[in-house]
Amino acid sequence: MELFAQQVMAGLASGAIYACIALALVMIYQAIGHVNFAQGEMATFSTFLSWQMMQWGSPYWAAFVAAVALSFAGGMLIDTVVFRPIRKASVLSQIVMFVGLLAILNSLSGFIWDFTSKPFPTPLGSGPLSGFRFMGMHQAAMMAITALMLVLLYCFFRFTSVGLAMQAAAENPDSARLVGVRVELMIALGWGMAAGIGAVAGIMIAPIVFLEPNMMLGIMLYGFAGAVLGGLASPLGAVIGGFLVGLIENLAGTYIPAVGAELKLTIALAIIIVVLVVKPSGLLGPRHAQRV
Amino acid sequence: MSMLLQVRGLRAAYGQTEILRGLDFDVGKGAVTALLGANGAGKTTTLRALCGSIRRQGSITLDGVPISGKSTEEIVRLGVGHVPDGRGTFLKQSVENNLKLGAITRSDRQGIAEDIEKIYDYFPILKQRRSQQAGLLSGGEQQMLAVGRALMLRPKILLLDEPSFGLAPLVVREIFGIFRKLKEASGVGILLVEQNASLALDLADHAYVLETGRVGFSGKAEDVKNNEQLKRSYLG
Repeated sequence: MELFAQQVMAGLASGAIYACIALALVMIYQAIGHVNFAQGEMATFSTFLSWQMMQWGSPYWAAFVAAVALSFAGGMLIDTVVFRPIRKASVLSQIVMFVGLLAILNSLSGFIWDFTSKPFPTPLGSGPLSGFRFMGMHQAAMMAITALMLVLLYCFFRFTSVGLAMQAAAENPDSARLVGVRVELMIALGWGMAAGIGAVAGIMIAPIVFLEPNMMLGIMLYGFAGAVLGGLASPLGAVIGGFLVGLIENLAGTYIPAVGAELKLTIALAIIIVVLVVKPSGLLGPRHAQRV
Repeated sequence: MSMLLQVRGLRAAYGQTEILRGLDFDVGKGAVTALLGANGAGKTTTLRALCGSIRRQGSITLDGVPISGKSTEEIVRLGVGHVPDGRGTFLKQSVENNLKLGAITRSDRQGIAEDIEKIYDYFPILKQRRSQQAGLLSGGEQQMLAVGRALMLRPKILLLDEPSFGLAPLVVREIFGIFRKLKEASGVGILLVEQNASLALDLADHAYVLETGRVGFSGKAEDVKNNEQLKRSYLG
């Protein structure tokens, strides 16, 4: 029982990481209808930015806010410079660009900050959360921040006219233009928001996995699995999916001897395949009825 | 009658194929102008050229402001409401959100709420379905929603692309009844593209008959209606 509780807590803790990155993936999917494969490397780059600022003596929260703001601007810039010119190109071309962006950002991080692992500070320290033996302070903070981002996103899409305009631009760009929505601006905003969320995710994750250019590689896969499991079009689904993947990963690694520690990553891939075969829209994906 | 929309020498092409070859026409304030013509004459293309969805040449002025070089978003902000070919419904959004999207360029919350109620008065069925997903509406309801969405802009001019297309006669009568009301009450100018010539001519003040990208005939709606030869040649 002790072991089970410990594994559930560990699963939730890593689930919070996956939920964070899945949220960024869903955000970009909402805005452009594609999954950004470079999301992880963008987050890593953002995290390096905040690390650099802290090295220069900036306090933690100032570096945090500055990195998120810079990432937001950087996301909009990447969209405008790289993706806007190929907006009408085929899906495959866009995917090649995502992969190219991934490679460039990964190498750039390594070029500027080298490939050695760097410790990354946490705002609340790494001690245990009072009252919970199996949950660290940082893990708890991460869950709280993920939940906060989820609520903010929900309110943004549900209650603001910019959120509504962004959804309209994604669903039917031609019609959105005809009601006066600035479609290109909405897409750029979507990129900015995804990059900002990614930055928060990276900064939360770095203290656990240590900061280095490849830190997101494995995590991205779990994040993908979480987003696909929950439904790529649903922020809440992404967060639930992220936590479920964390739980499944840890419990299967502990209780199914064949899986063990080595095959954990395979579970993420298996989840993606099973969901895509059985229920492609995910657990909370939109159930939009369509007239036929 | 002062002119709301003035179009001179409008040209547009899809690739190498020239569709509009120098159109001249006007739409008056508070008047209904019909664009008639056979399939492929360039009616829908004209509307797309007006709102900047396709590349075009020539001069277009709305209320004295030249709009031929502006983007679609800017043109809409100047007061051009468009009920597009295919209705342009945001299928995943609720009916009410579709209406809110029509007013996305406005910031007067109070006025928007009032206008939504006004649309519900025009089309009571939309009120019943306000929280339903718009993709579930019937074709006629989606057409009503498209008209409502365009009106939410409080447009100076309304561009209607075949509003009767594919609809049951009763629904057509309801929608055209609203157009008649708008014409009498609101002072909005209407540019109506229709295949159904007699329906359009009953509503319109003025009509232009397009013939492969040029104006073949123009005149008062009654004159077009009573011109037997014109009817036989172009309007079927």
